This record gives sequence, structure tokens and C-alpha cells, in this order.
Amino acid sequence: MEIGMTHYLALSAFMFTTGVIGVLTRRNAIVIFMSIELMLNAVNLSLVTFSHYLNDVQGQMLVFFVMTVAAAEAAVGLAIVISMFRNKQTINIDEINILKY
Amino acid sequence: MLNDLLLTLPITIATVWVLVLILCEAFVHNANLTRWLTAIGFAGIIASIFLIPSPEGYAYGTMLRTGTFTNFSNFIFAVSGLLVVSISDKYLEEEEINFGEYYIILFISTIGMMLMGSAANLSVIFIGLETMSVALYTLAGMLRKDVRSNEAAMKYFLLGSFATGFFLYGIALIYGATGELALPRIAASLQTNGVSTLFWIGLSLLMIGFLFKVSAVPFHQWTPDVYEGSPTTAAAFMSTGSKAAAFSSLIIVLSNISIALPNNAVLQTAFAYIAVATMAVGNITALTQDNLKRMLAYSSIAHAGYMLVGIAAGSNEGYSGVLYYALIYTLMNVGAFGVIAVLERHRTLTNASDYAGLFKQHPLLAGLMAVFMFSLAGLPPFGGFVGKYKVFAAAVEADLTWLAIVGVLASVVSVYYYLRVVIFMFMRDPEPAPQANANATGSFALVAIAVIVFLMGIFPTEVLKLADNAMKVALK
Amino acid sequence: MIEAYLPIFAMIVIAIVLGVLLLTLGRLLGPKRSNSEKMSTYESGIEPVGTAKARISVKYYLVAMFFIIFDIEVIFMYPWAVNLREFGVSGLVSMITFALLLLVGYFYILKKGGLEWN
Repeated sequence: MEIGMTHYLALSAFMFTTGVIGVLTRRNAIVIFMSIELMLNAVNLSLVTFSHYLNDVQGQMLVFFVMTVAAAEAAVGLAIVISMFRNKQTINIDEINILKY
Repeated sequence: MLNDLLLTLPITIATVWVLVLILCEAFVHNANLTRWLTAIGFAGIIASIFLIPSPEGYAYGTMLRTGTFTNFSNFIFAVSGLLVVSISDKYLEEEEINFGEYYIILFISTIGMMLMGSAANLSVIFIGLETMSVALYTLAGMLRKDVRSNEAAMKYFLLGSFATGFFLYGIALIYGATGELALPRIAASLQTNGVSTLFWIGLSLLMIGFLFKVSAVPFHQWTPDVYEGSPTTAAAFMSTGSKAAAFSSLIIVLSNISIALPNNAVLQTAFAYIAVATMAVGNITALTQDNLKRMLAYSSIAHAGYMLVGIAAGSNEGYSGVLYYALIYTLMNVGAFGVIAVLERHRTLTNASDYAGLFKQHPLLAGLMAVFMFSLAGLPPFGGFVGKYKVFAAAVEADLTWLAIVGVLASVVSVYYYLRVVIFMFMRDPEPAPQANANATGSFALVAIAVIVFLMGIFPTEVLKLADNAMKVALK
Repeated sequence: MIEAYLPIFAMIVIAIVLGVLLLTLGRLLGPKRSNSEKMSTYESGIEPVGTAKARISVKYYLVAMFFIIFDIEVIFMYPWAVNLREFGVSGLVSMITFALLLLVGYFYILKKGGLEWN
């Protein structure tokens, strides 16, 4: 059995779905954020796959930027989580519920 | 390369200037100086747009688009930034967050917006979107000792990056389907190779990202919480600049791709239904809001709905209507948030009932607020009316008369909650009235906005012509 | 194609079986004489102090954030370094500009006291 483009794309889609389910079911802000990172990396896998099979370098170029953006998001996200924790002593998103209509 | 730097002069200026701001903040550490330098930066961007308007074409290969469309959208973002900076400082002092970083982050966010408004490549849209969003997450959490601000930042951050994931997956699938990231080449590939299912899935995921950023139903739930929890001046910036940026990017994507699609009917119907849902949910929920910041958040959802009517029309008319609407909405909404920021005290006094009898205590503030409310409601002779007229007329021309009628009905509903504020200010007896907390620059900015909103309602032709021009050349 | 992976599969099976077998044998045959010294975390090391769930100073996170930001920028240098000759002078100028942008960020951190440890 040849490992081809479809397999990589299926793996990527599987990772992406895992990330989505993680975001929707988990309650810890950090774990949710990790799931989001998983989604981004699933997309990276897709981009590299397409880039390789299309013989075109643009996709891999975008991957570099996605990684940088993910790092920036991680820094800002950690800062937000820390400031939240300092005030509320929790990062469980079920307990973050002051703003409601 | 030097030529490219000149072609995209506003972005070049902004990028160099932000380094100056960071160094200034690091070495001098004076928030007032940073604020003035930021204002000068925005003014410089606006001046460069008028003095050296970029010619039609591409810069950096086909990464960035230059020309009238870009000039118009960059103008909106710079105006939004300049106005927010000029109404910010008193509010920030009151809340004890008068840091230079606030202005720097605001400026960085504007760079992201300008990239979005001049992108000709999906990767540039992504980078612009993220530069803008990551900066806005930080602005939302600027009141770091206030739990509500933390919560707003957390929600904005988690939901925003979640939407980014879908947006990016959409880009990847479009890339896979067409083998290109540059929008003109994507269109060319669609024309020669046809439109695949993979492309449609990618486009839908891409649209989810955009609809989240413009807070369209069903991706709107974050908006009220984030606007209420964020610093009021930051909410003014989020609701105007980022919305205008997302819409200009959306227009760029659609105007490039739609010529290559065999039938636009699917896209048109989808946007029409989303517009109806957005207008309905935004306006009806706004009716029940007491907190003015939440009310303005739902109103901002409703206004996204009106702008989506122009997108659904899918014509040059519709798109230029959206551009005009984005500009006038930026002005009147920054104005409304500005008045709230003047009266707010440590996150209190933001309810409509707190404004009872405001006219007797602060006639000028009450008058300004009334102008912004009338304009947001879309009553003539204010600018908001012209904006609505333009997008609804485009919908009628595109055989979407029913959509225009729904839009008009929704605007009628909206009059109720905007006028409620005016009635409180003018008709009720004063309670112990809130102290106004404004300085010369802030008051001057608010008065100037009100005058421009009024003028854009009476003499809209010149600005409308600019917006029309922006679309004519961009689509060609 | 899949047959090529057979040795690896066999190795995984052997590793698992051997590991389980040895652990079980050790547990069944070995003598059990435990005392408090033996049960401590490091039998011949430093006395453990406090619990493992102690709070860590937020400064570590600050350093971690700086590390992430500056570390990830290096990925932009790899494609440049690989194609150094093709990019020529314009590539060098671009990379110097890029490094200068990072330098501005570094000065900001330095002046704001982000690297001070007290």
C-alpha cells in the first residue's frame, strides 16, 4: 500500500477534528488553547502536503508564517491566562461567567 | 524593492513609525509623548494617502494590491485609529492604565488592518488578520486588574483563535484545490480548471473566519461580552477598525473570485440569509439591553447585517456602499463610544438610565450623543442614512428587493432603542448627574466627528464618488 | 510496501513482551523488604521538600514567552541560509532589516526590565 497524498490529508483532517472536539469539550483554558494549536498544526500538515504534491513552494512559505503567528498567539494567550489567574485563581472557563446578558 | 516600499507608502510609514514608538517607549517611558507620536503617525498615514495616492497595480510581486481601493480602506483605518487615540487619554487616566503600550498596540493593530485592506494574496490576509487580532486581544485585556476585562480578553482570544483555525484550513483547502495563494491566479485557475468541491469547502471555511470577525450571526456571541468587558475606547476601536478591515478583505476575496465562479446565486443567497439573521438577532436583542456598551455591541452586530446586504448584492454598487458604510459607521460609532467613555466611572454609569437629564447638566455631550444615535438609527439628514440608502439601493438593483425591505424594517426596529437613550437624556429629570471627564483634544474630536457625520449626510456626493471609484478600478 | 515495516512491527512486539515479562518476573520472584528510606523519592539523594504542586514564579513564564518569540524567528533564517548565494545582496539586506526589527523588540524588553530577575 502506497502512502500518498490522501493519507496525509486524512491525517490532517483527523487532527483538525480532534482539535475542534477538544475546544468544544474541554474546560481548562490552557487545554483549549492546546487544542487550537493542534488545529493550526493540522492545517500546517495539509499545507505541506499540498505544497509537496503540487510542486509549489507557496504552501510551505505560509507554514513558516503560521508557526510564527502560533508563537505570538501563545505568548499573548499565556499572558491573558496569567492575568486571569491572578484575579480569579482559576482558569476553568465554566467559572468565567461574569459577563452575561 | 525600494519601489515597492514607496508604492505601499502608508504601510511603510506605519512599520517604520512603530519602531520609533517602541524605542521611544522603551527609552523615554512617557505615555503622553507616545500618545502624541502615535497621533502624528496616524496623521502622517492620512497625509501620505492624500498627498501621494498610490497608482493602480501590485507591489511585492502580487502580494499587495495598490490603488484607489487600498487608499480608501487605509484612510478608514487611520481615521479610526486617530479618533480613538484622541478620545482615549482621559479615560485611560481615569482607569489608571495610561500606558504608552496601549497606543503602540493600537498602532500595530492598524498595520494588520492595512495589510488586510491591501492584500492580493491569501497569506497576506492571514498575516494581516492575525497581526490585527493578536493586538486586539491584548487591548481587550488592558485593564488587567479587572476580572471583566480579563474575561473579555480570554473569550475574545479563545474564540478568535478558534475561528482563525477554520480560516486557515479554508486557505489550505483553496490552495489544494487551485494550487495558488494569490487571488488573481486563483481566479485564473478556477476559470481554466473549473470549480471543485474542495474549493467550495475551502471557501465556506474561509467565510466562517470572516463572518466571525465582522460578528455576523451565528458567529456573534463573543461581541457583547468582549465590548462590555474591554476598555471602552478599545471597544470603540474593535467595533470600527477591525470590522472595516474584515469587510474590505471580504470584498477583495469576493470581487476577485466571483468573476470565476459559474453562478453567484449560491453565494448571494447564503449572504442574504446571513444578513437577515444578523439584522434580526442584532436589532431584537438590542431592544432589551440596559447597558449602553452591550446595546452598542448588539447594534454593531445589526450594522454588520446592513453591510452584509451590500455584500449579498455582489455588485460594484453594493461593495462601494459597504466601503462608504464602513467609513460612516467608524465615525459615528467611535463618537458614541467616546461619549460613553467621557461619562463612565470605573466601569459604572454605562446604563441608559444613568443618562437621565443629561441635557440639563451637559447640553453639548447630550447633543453629540443625540447626533450619533440618530445617525446610527439611519435617520436623515445624518451620514448613517446615506450609508443605508446606498447598500439597500444596491440590493434592489441586484433583484434582492425583499432583502432591502427586511433591512428597512430592521432599521425601523432599531430606532426604538437608539431613541430611548435620547429620550432619557432630554425628557427625564436629572438624577445626580455624572461628571464629564474630557479634555480639549477629546471634546474637539467628538465635536469634529459629529460635524463630519452631519456633513456626510447632507453632502455625501464627494465621498460616495470616492467609494464608487475605489470599486470601479479595483474590479475592472 | 507494507511488508517493509514487518521487522519494525516484530521489534515492537518483542519489546513489549520482554518488558512485561521482566517486570512481572521481578515482581513475582524478588524479595520485598521495604522501609521508609527505600520508599522516599530519592533514596540516596536530597531530602524532598514540599509538594510537587508548588507554584512556580510567574517570571519563568515571562522568560518562556520571550524564548518562544525569539526562538521562532529563527525559522525565517533557515530558508535564507539554505539559499544564501541565490538571494545575494538583497537577501542580506532583508535579513539585516529583519534582525534589526528583532533588536528593537530586544531593547524594549531590556529597558522594561523584562530580563531582571528581582
